[in-house]
Amino acid sequence: MSNKQYKQLSFILNGKKVSASVDVRESLADMLRNEFGMTSVKKGCEVGECGACTVLINGNPYDSCIFLAAWIDGKEVTTVEGLVDIDGNISDIQQAFIDEAAVQCGFCTPGFIMSAEHLLNTGKRFSRDEIRKALSGNMCRCTGYQNIINAVENTMDKRLAEKDTEK
Amino acid sequence: MYDINHFYEATSVEHAVQLRVENPEAHIISGGSDILIGIRAGDLAGCDLISIYMLDELRGVSFHDDGTIRIGALTSFTNLAEDPIIREHLAVLGEAADTVGGPQIRNIGTIGGNTCNGVTSADTASTLLAFDAVMELTGPKGIRLVPLTEFYLGAKKVDLRPDEIATAVLIRKDHYKGYHGVYFKYAMRDAMDIATSACSVNVKLSDDKKTIQDARISYGVAGPIPLRARSAEKIVKGKLVSADTVEEFAAGALEDVNPRTSWRATKEFRLHLQREMARRCFVESIRRAGGSV
Repeated sequence: MSNKQYKQLSFILNGKKVSASVDVRESLADMLRNEFGMTSVKKGCEVGECGACTVLINGNPYDSCIFLAAWIDGKEVTTVEGLVDIDGNISDIQQAFIDEAAVQCGFCTPGFIMSAEHLLNTGKRFSRDEIRKALSGNMCRCTGYQNIINAVENTMDKRLAEKDTEK
Repeated sequence: MYDINHFYEATSVEHAVQLRVENPEAHIISGGSDILIGIRAGDLAGCDLISIYMLDELRGVSFHDDGTIRIGALTSFTNLAEDPIIREHLAVLGEAADTVGGPQIRNIGTIGGNTCNGVTSADTASTLLAFDAVMELTGPKGIRLVPLTEFYLGAKKVDLRPDEIATAVLIRKDHYKGYHGVYFKYAMRDAMDIATSACSVNVKLSDDKKTIQDARISYGVAGPIPLRARSAEKIVKGKLVSADTVEEFAAGALEDVNPRTSWRATKEFRLHLQREMARRCFVESIRRAGGSV
């Protein structure tokens, strides 16, 4: 690298407008961890296979390890840190992972939660097979998949039941 | 940190072409799910990149006045799978796009990248080939149209000139109207896997659903590039829909394929798959077209 190249960015991170000067060689995962302290974004394979670095960009799940930070200008990013409410309480899907013992070593958990959050935000009902497909870009090397799917399914059921009572 | 030497960011198609003219050695990066992995692996370490990712004008599916469907080069696999025009007129292409990687990869991967990387296993490439798709390439002198059948020159080599970028994939109305198709991907896993081999068939039946008016079949991982099995197509053109026709089609397909043995599978297994996939895809395409075998 002869001379370092930077790009000025502004984007929305977990609901807040932020800006940064980023080295164009950085991945979004690098920038979120190093510049913004978003350490829920885990770096596993760093080639877009394991899903540990999954974040939502404009509401959709992406592997932040293979997304250049330079591309995030003007977009909206959500990480697990953004799921916590103002008082610091964790969200329903996070609590469900605890209740269902869907966490073993925990390294894959934030990525799974973000993929699940995308699915839950659609407000639709999914079969277990459809949940599996929606989570198929995330790998749990402790192989705790059944409990992970249980956690997502239970949260989906709860949210849909709440929606029904609201009507 | 990626080992990128210089990063050029295009702000328009014209700018991208200008950057190509000025930096013929630089690689185009659209979604990056191949390029960034190549940099990480070392193959492309230290390269110059021209990013076209921010060019939203290259996203989306639309109709030309003559009924041609235009798919912007940066349209993601997710967008393809969910697009109403694709679902109505090119359903098989949406289904093929939905087999790529996992959800995250389908959000970042683009149809332009999937074709321009020249890889035989590309799920949308073999499907597009069975639609006689045309690549729209934009250079300093304007647009050049190249049929996908001629676009592939060899493994990882395509007819994209150093001063061009792919701006769209076009599918003519007479190439999709009345056709019904299927994509079959044979892989070890249901997600995050590359095809051991794959097959795409499109069939057009006569009005009474008894005769094959036209059939097109293409393969991924049946040779160094995605390829059409023209022998099979010729054999069944104008024939009656029957079990014998299906067998002739499957046998004919083997005359044009040339699979190799790799760590994923042997040549013999791939040949077996290719015959079986031709059979199943043909039968299912006929069924979707309203006929029955």
